[in-house]
Amino acid sequence: MSKTSNQGLFIDFGSTFTKLVLIDFDSERVIGRTQSPSTVDTDITVGLNSVLDEISKQQGKNIQYRHKLACSSAAGGLKMVTIGLVPELTAEAAKRAALGAGSKVVGVYSYQLTKRELYELEAMAPDIVLLAGGTDGGDKETILHNAAILSKSGLSVPFIVAGNKTASDEIQTILDSGSKDYIIADNVMPEIGVLNVDEVRSIIREVFISRIIDAKGLKNAEQFIDGILMPTPTAVLTAAKLISEGTTDEEGLGELVMVDIGGATTDIHSVAKGDAIKPGVVYKGLPEPFVKRTVEGDLGLRYNAASILQAAGKERIEAQLAGLDLDKMVGQFPLFPEKLPESESEENLDTEMAKNAARLAMERHAGTIETTYGPEGPIFVQYGKDLRGTKTVIGTGGPLIFNRVPEGILQETVYSEANPFSLKPQSPDFYLDEKYLLYAIGLMSEVDPDKALRVAKKYLRRL
Amino acid sequence: MEQKTVVLGVLGVDAHVVGNKIMEYSLRQEGFNVVNLGIFVTQEEFIKAAIETNADAILVGSLCGHGELDCKGFREKCVEAGKGDIHLVAGGRLVVGRQDWKGVEERFLKMGFNRVYPPDTSPKVVMEDLNKDLGIKDNE
Repeated sequence: MSKTSNQGLFIDFGSTFTKLVLIDFDSERVIGRTQSPSTVDTDITVGLNSVLDEISKQQGKNIQYRHKLACSSAAGGLKMVTIGLVPELTAEAAKRAALGAGSKVVGVYSYQLTKRELYELEAMAPDIVLLAGGTDGGDKETILHNAAILSKSGLSVPFIVAGNKTASDEIQTILDSGSKDYIIADNVMPEIGVLNVDEVRSIIREVFISRIIDAKGLKNAEQFIDGILMPTPTAVLTAAKLISEGTTDEEGLGELVMVDIGGATTDIHSVAKGDAIKPGVVYKGLPEPFVKRTVEGDLGLRYNAASILQAAGKERIEAQLAGLDLDKMVGQFPLFPEKLPESESEENLDTEMAKNAARLAMERHAGTIETTYGPEGPIFVQYGKDLRGTKTVIGTGGPLIFNRVPEGILQETVYSEANPFSLKPQSPDFYLDEKYLLYAIGLMSEVDPDKALRVAKKYLRRL
Repeated sequence: MEQKTVVLGVLGVDAHVVGNKIMEYSLRQEGFNVVNLGIFVTQEEFIKAAIETNADAILVGSLCGHGELDCKGFREKCVEAGKGDIHLVAGGRLVVGRQDWKGVEERFLKMGFNRVYPPDTSPKVVMEDLNKDLGIKDNE
């Protein structure tokens, strides 16, 4: 006999590990967790069954869990190429739409694609191509050219077309002639100064569920679980939004920033309007999405440690760590990405690198303010989000969770007089996702947002 | 008749927004599709918006008196961006002091602007010229 328990299994198929968290819905507690090496390259179900067996051992056999939900960043994550017209306008809007849908943007193109760019694009083997360009009623020439080039290419991936509406009929004919699989969506930038990414984001997620999971060989897992619902970054983003906004019955934490330091990238999510906090500030640039995600591909603590040194300036890190052979130590990082620091000097180096990754990623995510002087005195011009009023910063990711001084690292994401032009949070409270739960919270919110939020609030540790 | 698109804005470090709003209103009333970039607009922003919207004209406002310096190289940049034949209009308070308007106009025309307007020009005049220059026929 087996009984159905009111519990949920939440699984993350990562590129290195398949992680599992078991949450009891009645007591709203985490009651089990385990992980095992991912086996996506061979057969995803091997790694999956290994974590399922392990949790059965922990819990006793024959329990049927009410929910078994998963997210995945395995097999390279959800790789997207985005194409637009002007780099700062539709190309940037398309990139933001893709990032906000939890994808890994492997290439961004603007203007008319050349053959050389097409070869490069094909070699990146994206899972989805997002084609934008032109405001509604604006330029058609470029997007039609690009549609024609893509239609004749060897790419057999889904295309999402989200450009000039008046070109969409012709694009349809062009892509049909190449027997391409495509979806026509609303323009990501229907007019100058308007960003419209919500529809594209939800289409990306639908395409992920309906086509990408199968294409990546993840489908087999679905005989053991209810489904792979979303890419892992989307699950984390969903959690961020839930924790910020709350539900009808359960209050959230308000506007927040989430800092996710990883081995390959450092991601920042902000759930915040970011409007100017002082009157008389002129806003410039593309409007910012309320839920914004940026991914810094050069700020990963293992695979890209050398580029952190470069971006932060070696002297700056050396100044904190006297007598270490930085180049040698950093050179070792990508070879042993799983290795945790052993000696005190290794630990200090890790901390220093994490601090710089956090600071740089936050400076790139947050808006900036410039002062110019006109005939009537100073004028303040703001680009991007002003996060100075944001009161909550949540940290996640191995390098933060396993560090002894996570608050020291998070302190780097705070507004500083040393760089008053970067609009980072001014005096936030810090929280740490010390149980590595955020992806599970995002998945759980699909079935019971109230409980998911209460579990999150219970387990996020205030620093 | 196909609706014409015009990009409008105030160039450079210049916060004079009132005339910009009046122009936007007048242009919309006249039936133009107006892309108003507001104040503090750089040459590059004008041109990029014109590319993305496939605009027919760029209307540059300048009221701080630095118009001549700020407008330099505008046409050349349009040419470089593949928008070389776009209709370029400048107006506002383009220069300081009591200068001979003829001379000012000549210098702007030489820079590649198609129309230049002195201070206190009525929007009506600009509309009439635009309709003529962009080949919009009066159907009445």
